Amino acid sequence: MSYINKPKVAHPSLPTNKLGLTRRQYEGSMSTLCAGCGHDSVTASIIEACWGLDLKPEQLVKLSGIGCSSKTTAYFVAGAHGFNSVHGRMASIASGANAANRGLTYIGVSGDGDSLSIGVGQLVHAIRRNVNMLYLIENNGVYGLTKGQFSASADIGTKAKRGDVNVSPPIDPVLLALTLGATFVARSFSGDKAQLVPLIQAGMRHNGLALIDVLSPCVTFNDHEGSTKSYAFTREHYHAAIEADFVPPAEEIAVDYAAGETTRVGMHDGSSVLLRKLDPDYDPTDRSAAYRYIESKLRQNEYVTGLIHIDENDTTEFHKLNRTPDEPLNGIPFEKLSPGRAALDALMGKFR
Amino acid sequence: MEPTDTSKPDYFHRVVDCQWACPAHTDVPEYIRLIAQGDFTAAYMVNRESNVFPGILGRVCDRPCEPACRRGRIEEKPVAICRLKRIAADHRDDVAALLPKAPAQKNGKRIACIGAGPASLTVANDLLPLGYAVTIFEQYAVAGGLMRTNIPAFRLPARVLDEEIGYITGMGADLRLNTPVRSLRRLLDSQAYDAVFVGSGAPKGKELELPGRNDTDRIHIGIDWLESVAFGHVDRVGERVLIIGVGNTAMDCCRSSLRLGARQVKVMARKPRQFFKASEWELEDAEQENVEIIVNHAPKSFVTEGGRLLGMMFEQLEYDVDGGEIRATRTLGEVFIPCDDVILAIGQENAFPWIEKDIGIDFDQWSVPKVNKTTFQSTLPGVFFGGDAAFGPKNIIWSVEHGHQAAISIHKYCHDEPVEERMPRGLKLSSRKMGMHEWAYKNEYNGVERRLVPHVGLVERFKKIDIEVELGFTAEEAALEVQRCLNCDMQTVFAAKLCIECDACIDICPVDCLTITANGPEARLRARLTAPATNRTQALYVSAALPQTGRVMVKDEDVCVHCGLCAERCPTAAWDMQKSTINIPNAIDEQVGTCPV
Repeated sequence: MSYINKPKVAHPSLPTNKLGLTRRQYEGSMSTLCAGCGHDSVTASIIEACWGLDLKPEQLVKLSGIGCSSKTTAYFVAGAHGFNSVHGRMASIASGANAANRGLTYIGVSGDGDSLSIGVGQLVHAIRRNVNMLYLIENNGVYGLTKGQFSASADIGTKAKRGDVNVSPPIDPVLLALTLGATFVARSFSGDKAQLVPLIQAGMRHNGLALIDVLSPCVTFNDHEGSTKSYAFTREHYHAAIEADFVPPAEEIAVDYAAGETTRVGMHDGSSVLLRKLDPDYDPTDRSAAYRYIESKLRQNEYVTGLIHIDENDTTEFHKLNRTPDEPLNGIPFEKLSPGRAALDALMGKFR
Repeated sequence: MEPTDTSKPDYFHRVVDCQWACPAHTDVPEYIRLIAQGDFTAAYMVNRESNVFPGILGRVCDRPCEPACRRGRIEEKPVAICRLKRIAADHRDDVAALLPKAPAQKNGKRIACIGAGPASLTVANDLLPLGYAVTIFEQYAVAGGLMRTNIPAFRLPARVLDEEIGYITGMGADLRLNTPVRSLRRLLDSQAYDAVFVGSGAPKGKELELPGRNDTDRIHIGIDWLESVAFGHVDRVGERVLIIGVGNTAMDCCRSSLRLGARQVKVMARKPRQFFKASEWELEDAEQENVEIIVNHAPKSFVTEGGRLLGMMFEQLEYDVDGGEIRATRTLGEVFIPCDDVILAIGQENAFPWIEKDIGIDFDQWSVPKVNKTTFQSTLPGVFFGGDAAFGPKNIIWSVEHGHQAAISIHKYCHDEPVEERMPRGLKLSSRKMGMHEWAYKNEYNGVERRLVPHVGLVERFKKIDIEVELGFTAEEAALEVQRCLNCDMQTVFAAKLCIECDACIDICPVDCLTITANGPEARLRARLTAPATNRTQALYVSAALPQTGRVMVKDEDVCVHCGLCAERCPTAAWDMQKSTINIPNAIDEQVGTCPV
């Protein structure tokens, strides 16, 4: 926690995006998290991603539940819409908001407690409904706000700050999402912005629910020797299987890769993701192969990172599934939204 | 790149741009903080230690510190460092008790200083407290040198000069007024002095030998004319005055003319504005008084009729300027500009008619003495030069620094120690951490714009020649201006072995100074930082390899605002804010033989 706010002064050469805004104008209020918290780096990555997408702040909705991770929505894009839900209930609020207004971009930020313990049922159904949003889990393996108990993502054998060893098996959000049929599943690390920023951008542009599990170390309760979610352990056991570059619509693909090295995945809005395999055996479009690969690596204590699975051809996106109107509800004339007594009577008449 | 070696005092010294740029290395951030705390007396004394004449320099310094000021790279205008110096002088209490004193027991050494300008006075200031007997020879009836004769009283009142010169003569200097030295040989032969310091300035104004130059008495040499004005020998000038040249002397000449009856003053410049020698603020002050500055006019001849000056002929020029350099010059034609007086302000040079050519002091082809740039010793070991006398015209703050350095040399010379072996500069660092989020300095960035110094009204100021035009900051304005200082001496000091590469400092830095990246050659590193480091005059602070990934932490010093947030957000205290104090040795710091210090 800082006693002074981050000064408004900026580097004189700070670039602006197509809207004429600098990255600084996508910031939120000053973080009150512990100094060195991984979540603050995730916040910085979200800021960078939104700036790079030329997103109008008022076009963004940021949602969260309860926990250290859920505080972070206050720290980016001050001009966006926001909702802090009850513990573990962010997914419901996001679903409702998305149903009402499909014209906005949705980011839900949650944690391993909020999404894998109290809110796991909500997460599961948000994936099942394929709500069009970026669902970002800041995963640190402990309950930081209640002083460092193991969370549902704590690995077997990891040591708490006071020496207890965890014996319960963890829930891995990536494997969970793959099982449930998620169409965009990624894992990254708060300390690797080069990887995380394009993933966030691609996830925000994905038509459906994009889940990113971000290993985001708790500097206060889970950054010691013996922990499997510390900065040092993550760096040693983190294995990028695939590199993803996000290319906005109408922008030439400037990176010159050797033929056959990259796969281009077109997204529904005209942007694309360029995938570069770092492990030749890996195919991110094959869900079952991805599951097997991730699981085998997890057993070897390796965190596979990058864009683990992507399926842009899936047609089961939330709005399509529910045959909602193309227009956000607030854009539909009142007469049409609420056709009046006569129309209601006629409808009721059908059931008589 | 190799890890930055911060054990050399120069590294952190350079970060304090103002102090690095100041020839006398005045501890600017320290005195600005003291002003912010309301301790004007202490601020004055910090100044005096390095620049000796805070009240004088706070008005007329050429302020090399301000173009260097980091604030000027972040927003347009630097901190008004110079005028803050003045407010320290204006608001100080009696400093008599704080001034250095000469000891009752002298060391038996006698020093002669020639000329009572800033260089000689600094030598006296440094040597008197060490027990030297210092005699200052001055040709005029008052001390001060060019500060007195060439800077008009409406910029620098006599009272300020008297006071600060008085502090030095009050230590017991033997000031001999109206005593020009006519022969250095005679002075040396008298064997009355152990060493001689020549601080006689660059007193000869440059001539402009054009047709008609000698046909009238209305053509004046700028510095001589200013001197006559200062001594009251000249108290009026014609209605139309042309000033030739556009340096700071020209600005003093045109503004003085306006106070002596001129109605129409034109400053004639040969080149376009970007090539002017005058400081921007002196140009502004002159233009505010309705002086017209005419560019691209080269003097051709003086037009006279029977000893009466009618005007001057000029060639009108046109230039092709590219990349700050003149590529081609064309003459467009000639033009006549009528006038009653012409003042030549095209430079000045050294003149030593009183130094015999055969006494062992070597001069170069421009009659400038050969002087060692570190020791200020001439080719005759016991004779030292400083100020404009040494390397030609510079400005007061350089003279002061020359004086400090010459004093060290004289001190060593008088004790038979080699003058080249000088105490090195030192640097002290001490943490400013007071608690979790508390620093022993005000780290909040204040966005307030540069304050303007109030001036006497445009009618009022012309009533007398010695009405000081600048009023100086009010305490309220100064209280705002001091908040603009970025405390560049609060250094960001990094300990690589503590870093866990959490990126917290990088994310919080408001000005994108920090990057963790793979090491590489400097040019490549500069290009791939969070914000490209294009200002090559500013250093990169490169750490040793970081423990977890072997990458390096790189800080571009260029626009760091020293807010301390990197250190505040660092979970392992790898970053710390430490105050640097740079020790610039003066004569008193040198340990010599039997010196009674």
